[in-house]
Amino acid sequence: MMAGLLKSREAILAAALIALVLLVESRFSGFAAPGNLASVFNDTAILMILALGQMLVILTRCIDLSLASNLALTGMATAMVNAAMPGIPVPLLIAMAIGMGLVMGAFNGILVWKLDIPPIVVTLGTLTIYRGLIFILSGGQWINSHEMSAAYKGLPRFEILGLPVMAWVAVAIILGFIVLVTRTSLGRAFYAVGGNPHAAVYTGIDVGRTRFTAFTIAGGLAGLCGYLWVARYAVAYTDVAEGFELDVVAACVIGGISIAGGIGTVGGAVLGALFLGTIKNALPVAGISPFWQMAISGAAIIIAVAFNARGERTKGRVILKSAEHAS
Amino acid sequence: MKLFTKLAAGLTLAGALMGGTAAIAQDNVRIALVAKSLGNGFFEAAARGAEEAAEELGNAEIIYTGPTSTTAEGQIEVINSLIAQQVDAIAISANDPDAVVPALQRAMQRGITVISWDSGVAPEGREMHLAPSSNELIGQTIIKLAADHMPEGGQVAVLSATSTSTNQNAWIEEMNAVMDQYPDIEVVATVYGDDLADKSYREAQGLMQSYPDLDAIIAPTSVGIVAAAQAVQDAGKVGEVNVTGLGLPSEMAGAIESGASESFAIWNPVDLGYATAMLAYNLATDEATAEPGAEIGMGRMGTATLDDDNTAAMSEPFTYDASNIDEYKDIF
Repeated sequence: MMAGLLKSREAILAAALIALVLLVESRFSGFAAPGNLASVFNDTAILMILALGQMLVILTRCIDLSLASNLALTGMATAMVNAAMPGIPVPLLIAMAIGMGLVMGAFNGILVWKLDIPPIVVTLGTLTIYRGLIFILSGGQWINSHEMSAAYKGLPRFEILGLPVMAWVAVAIILGFIVLVTRTSLGRAFYAVGGNPHAAVYTGIDVGRTRFTAFTIAGGLAGLCGYLWVARYAVAYTDVAEGFELDVVAACVIGGISIAGGIGTVGGAVLGALFLGTIKNALPVAGISPFWQMAISGAAIIIAVAFNARGERTKGRVILKSAEHAS
Repeated sequence: MKLFTKLAAGLTLAGALMGGTAAIAQDNVRIALVAKSLGNGFFEAAARGAEEAAEELGNAEIIYTGPTSTTAEGQIEVINSLIAQQVDAIAISANDPDAVVPALQRAMQRGITVISWDSGVAPEGREMHLAPSSNELIGQTIIKLAADHMPEGGQVAVLSATSTSTNQNAWIEEMNAVMDQYPDIEVVATVYGDDLADKSYREAQGLMQSYPDLDAIIAPTSVGIVAAAQAVQDAGKVGEVNVTGLGLPSEMAGAIESGASESFAIWNPVDLGYATAMLAYNLATDEATAEPGAEIGMGRMGTATLDDDNTAAMSEPFTYDASNIDEYKDIF
């Protein structure tokens, strides 16, 4: 019953996505061509990865607003290291990016876990702190494309089987998340903690630790995205991805992940991100006045959420039962 | 009670942070240089120019500040804190020509000299405005940059910042005004990248998809031109689509190297910051008065002549290409 409902919601979203693509195709022929769809997927890779990280956090009834700042700080740090020491191999830089992201995510997590500060307050604070650290680190300077090594910029663009590495990274992370969320006890713990934290305690789940883990994973993914973003756009500056945290939350919400916690699927987060990514890519080619673009993006979010809200009302929070049985 | 102590401590700390500079050197003429946002290479370079002017003047002090994002709200907060610090002059590059006017009028009532530079403020909100160049000259330059590399004519598109940017809109208007000199060139679209790297990149991609025969993208904004050059490079259209407009040599060096951009232009921001500081100093020390027709000294940059709107232009934009990029890319 549960699985059926969730599946149908994703089916609705997938249908909406296909309808959107066809609608754009009718205004701008060539949009639905496989090559272009692949480039839309590639363009949305970062949003998908971050939406998955954010999903874990939201599942546990928390929210992480610092993801975009985390991304910008790690991106700037890797670009600066690359510019200063071009000899350092790129895999090492990526490891550094993930490591930095993990630390920043864990910092959020520890404040939420040990000091019991509301997550929105913690991450609103770290959003500003991490963004501010970029100023301190870079002194306001840009790192430009001619200062970055060819290998640094080239990796996300390198094509394997017709898709750039960046898209493959997203695919790998999506698959990893499916396993994590549906096949591991940690994955079920995220749902249990968000579904009913008090009941989760009685099943032997450490609520704080589970939240900490969610923040840490999300942070690590943001760190990885920091490298991907800066390498893709070949420029690092303080305003990188400013405001992107809200796109990530919007993608989750469109994907049917309940802000109240405990409800959401990997497929939903991915489809939500793709929906938003498709709109972003479609607006420039659809010949719509730029003055309308923001209103259209916003309307799409509200319509999607209205659909989801209706879905949730009928369903209630049955997810706790299945979570209890599983753990 | 405990809450009160905490609040008091917080306020003292905030006060100490804001008033930190106030304690030092009261005798100096304190000139606040307000940027559109901090962390933008252009404004950092202008701040260096202003510092240079301060050193030359001897008894001037530059307070370089601005909001962390390009919003008028952020600038209003900055202006209010500068009023509280009782600076002698405020020189602002406005994010919105009208929104900052009330705050700036308050500053003028307190006896603070207010001028705008780079991106202007409505005349009632400032004593004078120093445009980096005249809008006419910039408008003519950006289309000429594109036209120089398309002898047979063709299609060009404009990638601007936000749809409300004061100076971008003025330049595009001036550009369109001289289009009759280029009968073979058609401006097919004007799109807005909002000065965000990812949105500008996507808009540039969209332009290339919508207009497969596009010959040039004119981006009169430093974020947009870099993003467009990267998009052209990634689309494998180097040599087909020439990206030009206004950008900084350090940020565009890679695009010139890859061939995505043949040439671009910019006035020298160091000179602009220098000239702004000189003007602010001369007005704040009452050595000159801002009135139509007045000629005010700008140190090594000559003199600024004010027009009926109390606006002056500094100089023409300068063109950068493969022949001189290496010389300038490490400067700004």
